[in-house]
Amino acid sequence: MSTVVESPTSESSFYARKGIASWLLTTDHKRIGILYLASMMTFFLVGMTFGVFMRLEQLSMGPTIMKPTTYNALFTLHGVFMIFLFVIPGLSAVFGNFFLPIMIGAKDVAFPRLNLLSWYLFMSGAAVALSSLFTGNGPPDTGWSFYVPYSLRTGTNVTMAVFGVFLIGFSSIITGLNFITTMHRLRTKGMNWMRMPLFPWALYATAWVQVLATPILGITLLLVILERVFHLGIFDPSIGGDPILYQHLFWTYSHPAVYIMILPAMGAISEIIPTFAHRTIFGYKAIVISSMGIAAIGSLVWAHHMFTSGMSEVAIVVFSLLTFLVAIPSAIKVFNWVATLYKGSVELRSPMLFALAFIFLFSIGGLTGLFQGALAINVHVHDTYFIVGHFHYVMFGGTGFAFFAALHYWYPKMFGRMYNERAAIVAFVLIFIGFNLLYFTFLVLGLQGMPRRYYDHLPKFHTGHIWATIGSWIMVAGLLLMVINLVRGLFRKTSISANPWGGVTLEWTVPSPPPTENFDVLPVISEPAYTFNPVAKESA
Amino acid sequence: MSVPAEPQVAEHAGEHRDYVGAKLGMWIFVFTELILFGGLFVAYGMYRSMHPLEFHKASGELNIALGVTNTVVLLTSSLTMVLSVVAIRLQRKVQSMFFLACTMLLGAVFLVNKFFEWRAKFHHGIFPGSDHLMARPPGERLFFGLYFGMTGLHGLHVTIGVVVMSVMMVFLARDRIRHNDFIKLENTGLYWHLVDVIWIFLLPLFYLAA
Repeated sequence: MSTVVESPTSESSFYARKGIASWLLTTDHKRIGILYLASMMTFFLVGMTFGVFMRLEQLSMGPTIMKPTTYNALFTLHGVFMIFLFVIPGLSAVFGNFFLPIMIGAKDVAFPRLNLLSWYLFMSGAAVALSSLFTGNGPPDTGWSFYVPYSLRTGTNVTMAVFGVFLIGFSSIITGLNFITTMHRLRTKGMNWMRMPLFPWALYATAWVQVLATPILGITLLLVILERVFHLGIFDPSIGGDPILYQHLFWTYSHPAVYIMILPAMGAISEIIPTFAHRTIFGYKAIVISSMGIAAIGSLVWAHHMFTSGMSEVAIVVFSLLTFLVAIPSAIKVFNWVATLYKGSVELRSPMLFALAFIFLFSIGGLTGLFQGALAINVHVHDTYFIVGHFHYVMFGGTGFAFFAALHYWYPKMFGRMYNERAAIVAFVLIFIGFNLLYFTFLVLGLQGMPRRYYDHLPKFHTGHIWATIGSWIMVAGLLLMVINLVRGLFRKTSISANPWGGVTLEWTVPSPPPTENFDVLPVISEPAYTFNPVAKESA
Repeated sequence: MSVPAEPQVAEHAGEHRDYVGAKLGMWIFVFTELILFGGLFVAYGMYRSMHPLEFHKASGELNIALGVTNTVVLLTSSLTMVLSVVAIRLQRKVQSMFFLACTMLLGAVFLVNKFFEWRAKFHHGIFPGSDHLMARPPGERLFFGLYFGMTGLHGLHVTIGVVVMSVMMVFLARDRIRHNDFIKLENTGLYWHLVDVIWIFLLPLFYLAA
């Protein structure tokens, strides 16, 4: 991209200011991104530990290391941590905060102080949710979806956990609002909408979903609290309320939330693939439109979570149809990424490996999702390990792998340091093998009839559970190796050039790590994004 | 009397101020608030269609006079809010503070009315989970559940509005809000009008449904 950028020569990176206060009171979008990264990796490791304990319990039949109630608490907390504290806010809060302003040529987001507030809301939500473990009558045991009427009846500390999630939702709304305003107001000169890189575009679609869907979750959770404390009766069948209304409201948010998770992941993949294929992205406009399409259609499919809850048959058929429709824009993206690789000079570095694995795993996740959109199959696999396997392929194989891909891709830019590439590749291979052993086995177990959320299993499922648990060990070994490698990289005395991968978006024109103000002189854009010069010459 | 044109983007003492951006952000926030209440309106619509007669009967027990009084109070407060913004744009600081104080006062009057209204209901044994209410049919329980939930959430918004306005009052006094930099006050006004608009829907749904 030939931009009029005067490379800043100053040594004043955004890490220059020292002291705790300079971090806790910062309004620098890059520092807030780092704060999010540190907190989320912590929550991820905690959530992973919950998962490991569940797998250990399933290694043999009968109660071994825990009681059934402990297992209920574990799958609830695993879900709450992973979903609300890692995959939903993950990519947009960490990489969105850090890179969105740089990629559109801005000095910061539109509302820097609100940005810091959103991190504090996130952390207080996490703290409140965490404290539900140790206060009241023990950790919640409802599952992450807090379904009524059980969540109104159980004596465990649901109120606290729900309030924590409410705060996290508020934080998500503020982030979305901030990003939309940033993209409308702060694009640099020449950065038209159709010259904007695809990660910001994905964040734009995501931000609208965050802003329009999260308030529904807010009011739903608020009502659960009011029901538990004051017995309002809106969801409580013993007073006259209807639990199905809860499910509708909950999924009106929580299905779009799946797209809050996956859209920024797709955006990050759309950055990584062209960089390591060294050619321009195939079908830029199609990817942009499909991002917005996913955001729009994805908001209309929520009731496919409720096919067995007792809705009218007309509603079921309509939601099934809409569910099939949303697969179209997702598939368009997959084809575009694959077409980008065609005749590219593909370089298999660790971020690219994670990105390619994303395409593979997300495709499996998406296709198993289509199975469940089909009504007859849905009834058969409902509430089985097939569902668990499916959404782990989408959320972990999709968003999780994209998060790690983005982390390896932007790591040199964020820290001005480099991790060990060989260790990163070994970690990737372990995670990939362990992941498939664990979750593909889940798909098989589910088709055999293994129900989800049981602490025990019948002898006929035993072999599958052993394989899955072994897979979890391999995956955890890989994840730990990855984290250790990334942390060790921070202390290696390597300095990194502005553009180690040969990327062409704006973040690669500023030093690594970027200076506080991002740009000495704001760049002026005169070409579309992803203009790789050698390729452009060939085709000219 | 003509009000000066709205600013766009301005630099004040090296600080970047984006008037349009700040307003855009506030509008998006207002939408999220509408959707927040939207969930409750959906619940209201669903339960009213399930129990039309019971909603009709329960609605008759609300005090229309108090409801209408509060509507007048809140609509007037929106007027004084607008006047406060116009005054500061015409560089009339004292006038702006006066109108803002009127708005806060009217907000407080609304809350006091609401307090007496709720207290009367409590005296009649009508509150969520009460024995009196549980003895009545489900539709009436739901009506009062929604009534307390929705007017309660609305009351919370009124309270937040009054608190925010008191902060704006300090800003006005210290010249942090000026004739050429009044977006904070204007956004407060947007929020206050939202609170007003939601009330305009609550009044017919609860008080006039009978």
